[in-house]
Amino acid sequence: MTPFAFTRAAATDEALRLAAAPAARYLGGGTNLVDLMRETVERPATLVDVTALSTAIEPEDGGLRIGAGVRNAALAAHPAVRRDYPVLARALLAGASAQIRNMATVGGNLLQRTRCTYFYDVEGSRCNKRVPGAGCDARDGFNRIHAILGASQACVATHPSDMAVALAALDATVHCTTAQGTRTLPLVDLHRLPGDHPEIETVLEPGELITHVTLPALPDGTRSTYRKVRDRASYAFALVSVGAALRVEDGRIADVRLALGGVAHRPWRATQAEAALRGLPATRASFEAAAAAELAAAVPLRDNGFKIELARRTITAVLAELSGVDA
Amino acid sequence: MPLTVNGATVPLPDDPRVSLLDLLRDTLHLSGTKIGCNQGACGACTVLVDGERIVSCLALAVQYDGRAVTTIEGIADGETLHPLQAAFIEHDGFQCGYCTPGQICSAIGMAAELGRGMPSHVTGDLAATVVLDADELRERMSGNLCRCGAHNGIVAAILDVYGPAKVDQEVAA
Ligand SMILES: Cc1cc2nc3c(=O)[nH]c(=O)nc-3n(C[C@H](O)[C@H](O)[C@H](O)COP(=O)(O)OP(=O)(O)OC[C@H]3O[C@@H](n4cnc5c(N)ncnc54)[C@H](O)[C@@H]3O)c2cc1C
Ligand code: SF4
Ligand code: FES
Ligand code: FES
Repeated sequence: MTPFAFTRAAATDEALRLAAAPAARYLGGGTNLVDLMRETVERPATLVDVTALSTAIEPEDGGLRIGAGVRNAALAAHPAVRRDYPVLARALLAGASAQIRNMATVGGNLLQRTRCTYFYDVEGSRCNKRVPGAGCDARDGFNRIHAILGASQACVATHPSDMAVALAALDATVHCTTAQGTRTLPLVDLHRLPGDHPEIETVLEPGELITHVTLPALPDGTRSTYRKVRDRASYAFALVSVGAALRVEDGRIADVRLALGGVAHRPWRATQAEAALRGLPATRASFEAAAAAELAAAVPLRDNGFKIELARRTITAVLAELSGVDA
Repeated sequence: MPLTVNGATVPLPDDPRVSLLDLLRDTLHLSGTKIGCNQGACGACTVLVDGERIVSCLALAVQYDGRAVTTIEGIADGETLHPLQAAFIEHDGFQCGYCTPGQICSAIGMAAELGRGMPSHVTGDLAATVVLDADELRERMSGNLCRCGAHNGIVAAILDVYGPAKVDQEVAA
């Protein structure tokens, strides 16, 4: 690990000031950043611990306001999340282990970096995300876990977060702060596709702090859930995951929000599938057609073609479960 | 409030790179907490911080200023074993024993979570009271690997202490 200075912020303005130091980074639970620092993938000169900031979960405008410092376990256990946003509780509970969920924060979970093994392999692999312009050993390498949607020649990595997929499906808003002021972003616009610059993963400016996330209320009668498919039953990253919220009225799809994990460089809001579903009868045929519409643009790599079929089946199964149609 | 380990005040390391795990093992010579993967993937380094289980390998010691850490060395009551320690012996909850301190600390943290009504990935109804059956237990303990495959004994030992009717969810923590 490269030497660094450790600081702790007691307030937002203090965090912004401390983060103005050269090569400074915010520190949440540290479960991703400390690991990447140990591997020397990340080499910050200063860490600013922001876990004391915004640790509350509060009702707001009929929805929920979630501080960036809230731990993943606390969010999953919160009564309002379990009652009103099961997709979020289930996504959180499907992630990592109980120990890591006790440490990980909402802000850190959103900004955790890819699990592409070449990205981690500082000594042995070429990676455009780690060293811009170096090349990408995953593109023609072992890419079973990599992207099928929105990838580029430069990078085929996926975003590993489960929580972010649920937040994408829930139309969450991210609230951020810099010395210049505050702004809000739809969660689906926080992460970028890799394009020619996979090293730039979000639209955040250097030093920009995530303060909290807000969730709008879901319309009455909406059901939501999260399904994660992985290599073992627990404690593994998603190969494919689906977060969905669905409202059926008189047998027709009145409202649907669908997001996919494990398939792209960002949580993938399935807008094509949603458009295809609205107003249709809630039947298996509708769900299958919508999944096919979304996945029409999918491009398999050498080892990950199975993800296309897996995503198709998982989308269909989740929508069938939520609508009560026989799966 | 300073950092404490098993009740004793401990100075923070000068170098912020020192993990909580390294502080425990290398500085305090509390070698009960084990180092496995050093990347959060095995649970051998699990300790309790203010009663919550964490992996100490991904924790910088300086992050835990003011917190109370409990390790496997701190869970017995003098010469009297913690009930889980006794149950692990009774049920052969280990072979080589390397994962055992992490398993036991993790199970103590799990019981506190159950007491607070924390659901898990396999919980059917997120609003219902959870009953710790073997499925719930395996899911909740999935952050602790055992390379010897002593899982049957581990599950039996933990169910013996924290199984159905053993943890009162209304009263506990
Ligand atoms: C073994 C293992 C298994 C895992 N399995 C899963 C899994 O199945 N599913 C899953 O979703 N995740 C999984 N994870 C990843 C885990 O969820 C993340 O490591 C965790 O959510 C990161 O949160 P943190 O608070 O520890 O972030 P940190 O490591 O502290 O920070 C991560 C990044 O976020 C930045 N940051 C933190 N807070 C803020 C803020 N408020 N504003 C701006 N920037 C900020 C940091 O600068 C850093 O770049 C796993 C991790 C491990 C180690
Ligand atoms: S897929 Fe992206 S992260 Fe992985 S090696 Fe290629 S450039 Fe690096
Ligand atoms: S040594 Fe900490 S989880 Fe493996
Ligand atoms: S008893 Fe040997 S690793 Fe678990």
